[in-house]
Amino acid sequence: MNIALLIIQSLLIPAFSPLIVGVIRKIKAKFQNRQGASVFQPYRDLMKLFNKDEVISENASWIFRYTPYFLFALTVAISFGVPTISTDASLSYLGDFLVFVYLIAFGAFFLALSGLDTSSAFGGMGSSREMTVAALTEGGFIFSLFSVSLLTGKSDFPNMIGALSSMPVSDIIAPVLIAFIAFYIVLLAECARYPFDNPATHLELTMIHEAMILEYSGKRLALIEWAAANKLLIFISLAANIFFPWQVANTSEVVPVIVSLLLFAVKVFVLSASVAVLESTIAKLRFFRLPDLLMTSLVLGMISIVLTII
Amino acid sequence: MFPAFFIQEGLFISLGIFALGAIGALLISVLKKDDNLENIWGNSFAIFGSFMGLLYAVSVILSNSNFSFKATETFFLFPINMKVDLLSAFFVFIISLVALLSSVYSIGYMRQFYGKYNIGLFGFFYNIFIASMMLVVTSNDALYFLVVWELMSLVSYFLVIFEHDHKENIKAGFLYFIMTHIATGGIILAFMLIYSATGSFDFDAIRLASANISPFYFAIISLLMLVGFGTKAGIIPLHIWLPEAHPAAPSQVSALMSGVMIKTGIFMIIRLFFDVIPSNAMWFGMLVLVLGAVSSLLGVLYAITEHDIKRLLAYHSVENIGIILMGLGSSLIFISAQNMTLAALAFAAALFHTMNHAIFKALLFLGAGSVVSATHTRNIEEYGGLIKKMPYTALFFLVGSVAISALPPFNGFASEWLTYQALFAGVGTFGIFEKSVFIFAIVSLAFTGGLAAACFVKAFGVTFLAKSRSHESENAKESDRTLLFGMSVLAFLCLALGVFSDRVVIYLGNITNSLLIFSNEIPFMPAGNGVISVRSDHASLAMMQIFILIVLFAAIAYFAVKKISGSCKERIYGTWDCGANLNPRMEITATSFSRSIISMFSGILKPTKQIDIEYHDANIRYFTKSSTVTLGIGNIYKSYIYGPVSRMIIGISDIAKRIQCGNINLYLLYIFMTIIILLIWVTK
Amino acid sequence: MYSKIFSTPKTIIEPEKLYSEKDVEFIGTKLSEEIRKIFKGSLAIREVDAGSTNACEQELTALGNSFYDVERFGVHFVASPRHADMLMVTGPVSRNMAAALKKTYEATPEPKIVVAVGDDAIDGGIFKGSYAVMDGVEKVIPVDFKIPGDPPSPKRILCALLQILKIIDKNNSKS
Repeated sequence: MNIALLIIQSLLIPAFSPLIVGVIRKIKAKFQNRQGASVFQPYRDLMKLFNKDEVISENASWIFRYTPYFLFALTVAISFGVPTISTDASLSYLGDFLVFVYLIAFGAFFLALSGLDTSSAFGGMGSSREMTVAALTEGGFIFSLFSVSLLTGKSDFPNMIGALSSMPVSDIIAPVLIAFIAFYIVLLAECARYPFDNPATHLELTMIHEAMILEYSGKRLALIEWAAANKLLIFISLAANIFFPWQVANTSEVVPVIVSLLLFAVKVFVLSASVAVLESTIAKLRFFRLPDLLMTSLVLGMISIVLTII
Repeated sequence: MFPAFFIQEGLFISLGIFALGAIGALLISVLKKDDNLENIWGNSFAIFGSFMGLLYAVSVILSNSNFSFKATETFFLFPINMKVDLLSAFFVFIISLVALLSSVYSIGYMRQFYGKYNIGLFGFFYNIFIASMMLVVTSNDALYFLVVWELMSLVSYFLVIFEHDHKENIKAGFLYFIMTHIATGGIILAFMLIYSATGSFDFDAIRLASANISPFYFAIISLLMLVGFGTKAGIIPLHIWLPEAHPAAPSQVSALMSGVMIKTGIFMIIRLFFDVIPSNAMWFGMLVLVLGAVSSLLGVLYAITEHDIKRLLAYHSVENIGIILMGLGSSLIFISAQNMTLAALAFAAALFHTMNHAIFKALLFLGAGSVVSATHTRNIEEYGGLIKKMPYTALFFLVGSVAISALPPFNGFASEWLTYQALFAGVGTFGIFEKSVFIFAIVSLAFTGGLAAACFVKAFGVTFLAKSRSHESENAKESDRTLLFGMSVLAFLCLALGVFSDRVVIYLGNITNSLLIFSNEIPFMPAGNGVISVRSDHASLAMMQIFILIVLFAAIAYFAVKKISGSCKERIYGTWDCGANLNPRMEITATSFSRSIISMFSGILKPTKQIDIEYHDANIRYFTKSSTVTLGIGNIYKSYIYGPVSRMIIGISDIAKRIQCGNINLYLLYIFMTIIILLIWVTK
Repeated sequence: MYSKIFSTPKTIIEPEKLYSEKDVEFIGTKLSEEIRKIFKGSLAIREVDAGSTNACEQELTALGNSFYDVERFGVHFVASPRHADMLMVTGPVSRNMAAALKKTYEATPEPKIVVAVGDDAIDGGIFKGSYAVMDGVEKVIPVDFKIPGDPPSPKRILCALLQILKIIDKNNSKS
């Protein structure tokens, strides 16, 4: 395993996640006939936030103060298990899909606690909704990844990708596509995108993720925003690489790596564009209709598992 | 050397210490009535006894040897027949560990009862309780087992009603008493059936003659045993005593009951169906698996609806027993399909979860006990802001909450990961019918994990975070050192068992191999370097690396950010409240936190809402004086199961009552008819 | 519709036209060195309504539409004063809102800029002298910039914003 490639491909995610957020915002702006901020705007936002002072609530405890560091560290650790360019240079024990699901749940747990910590009414409401959505998402999450694991006989991301890319397409196209749709719904749910949550809203009654971070300011806000962007890019790169695994390099040689990198960039751009198009065209669902959508994801996962046998 | 002597006599030493502690505490309470001395005597002997038990269990497990003791001609009418193999030693280990730390906790906790209740009596029952649990898991004979089982139930009943000034505790104890005796009745019947098929009460003899039990008999025996031990373990729908009895008991007893006593039910299920009368019936494994799946999902849903902190924890015990049963059920299914490697994996997963649950449930109950004794209420809605008043208790409770929500790198995740691997293997290796049962189990486990995390965000957040919601919690004080010591060791164990889970599973593998049906099956591959690898390298887990990486990155992030934003200052100000004045009544309450989930699962939970309005003028109902809204959950067990059954029993009794009508002439007629019939029968 | 991702119809007002506006009047103070360095390229605005007639709010809302599009200058509106760098206060600060406005000001982290938008916010406007108002934002919290008008048109607000950004930028590049 090439250590340099490991570090490069893992740090790719924290480095480029604000860019992806900027791309999504730009596409949304274009849909609204506006020009929008430049795609590098999130970087400037982060730099500014790192230089600002903070105001901390008098009710906050150490959970509020240390959650941003922990959350950010969690997303960086997870990205060491996500094979963005090459399956050869990625830590397989961090890539076990159950470990991934539960580490994401760990992040949601602490974010929800920090939302409750400041005794703000909005924070508590956001935590309640976030935990409800997180609890119901687990089913579809585990099933969509499990069906790929069942197909390939492996359960960590590098091996799943390697095995899936060498199987004949006609056998696997049906279960993989359906699992991809289930995973896409989970992506929207976990990353607080439409139709689950509006990342640009100002109405606290409609917020889920934003409500929990209303009390943060300065460098801690920067870390949390960055961690959220990392989470989005992690989910997008998993959706891109697991369900469309062809041409992901499995060695550390230069040419396959470059090809894989270019293809990865294209896949990520297409997926981000799809998220942005979805955000510009459909309406946010009422909170009590979200379980219907999450159960749909679960049922699609189950269908995909049944299809793997046939 | 010391271990060899210890293995022969260690169990008796610890039992002897418990007996001494029990009798001594009782004598002190009768003779001298010094609360402090009774407290210290009873609890220190419990500490020493459990410490001896711990050493004993560890030496048996490490040296991989068995021990048995038989005394057939004794003072009692039943033989004393004990056997300690690796499985029993594992359970003795769990019992001793939790008992040790609970007893340390108990020294400080009992101080609030000085002068109100009889502490010596408590010491008496407490020591006998721990000793009886050890006797149950080391028993080797059906009659002897029934006697010690009954002893354990009786003593725990007295412990549950210890605070007898509160009427609801007595009601709860009574419900527990009835349920456990119905269960014991079923168990006695089952053992009688086994005797009639195999001719002996001794477990070793039954094991040799287990082929004599016909499948029909086996079906009845297994159902009776499942009902009997399932009541003790708390599977749905036999769990109704659990959320009443566990909160009623004092907290260290709740920790022992919830952490260890319900595991004795699991232990007997394992001992019977994996060892003494091993089953080959696929339907039985499926039944256990489905019961486990249903218990875990329903348990966690009911836990979400609770806002009495100890009832919440009691329902979580139901949920975790469900997870253990899922492991056992899938193991039984694999045995009946003759796939012993996977069966060993599932079995080891269930054992691991047994130990993990004992540890984090004890930790949570001890933490809840500290909070309850500091604020004098069990209602979560009256807590708040306790993290500033009780910082260490909050930290340990947080560790327990993270462990029970199965988040890496703590121990709950390790055992749930193994259970998942067993279930995944089941989906991969069976036909469509079994596969769908396994898929149902995976759905249930997935939702259980997520909902448990949601429930503990609520429990921890509303209790410890934000501002205090009542006068009591504003004046709470941190618990003293004895209470904190027990909790800190348990919290450390939660983390250590998770991070070093690769070492732990080696011992679990040995314990699994010790059972006759699993010999020579290695469920885990010791891949070295802190990695657990299962199913021929299909999946692997490396908790230590995950832990180190997360800590490393957190440290790097902290120092990097400190460097970049070093000059930024932090200012403390009030919470942003849109300019309104924030008071604790505006914070989210536990009821509203979980109301969204309850509405989403309203088909299962059947939430009820009752509005009572009082008017100023009862005739012209226009101006309201006060309005009360009561939100509740429909009790489907009472209305659909226990209600109809009890009505039917009362109905039959009413009809049978007519035989005794009080009329002497009718009784003389009965005697006359009986003599006539007997005369006819004898002369035939 | 989806080709819009790549080419947007030009409905937008050109920045050059905005920069060349000569008759922009606003009253401002000098900004400290630090603020200029930090806020280059990104500004988060929280808009506070201190008892206004909503006329200024409508104009501020119009800033985000596809004609003025304030986002392309790196400026965006946020939901909480904790996230904000600049507070845009409208309204003559009624007595009920005075405490709330002070709390909002304290809840915003340093470094911050306060802009009073509209005649009402500057000195009370048409409500000046009334018993129910505090006669301008300056009486409650320190103000850095003022934008006159009742209400100032979005174009005027945008030009003023750009001038503020230029002050931030100019002194930054000078030093």
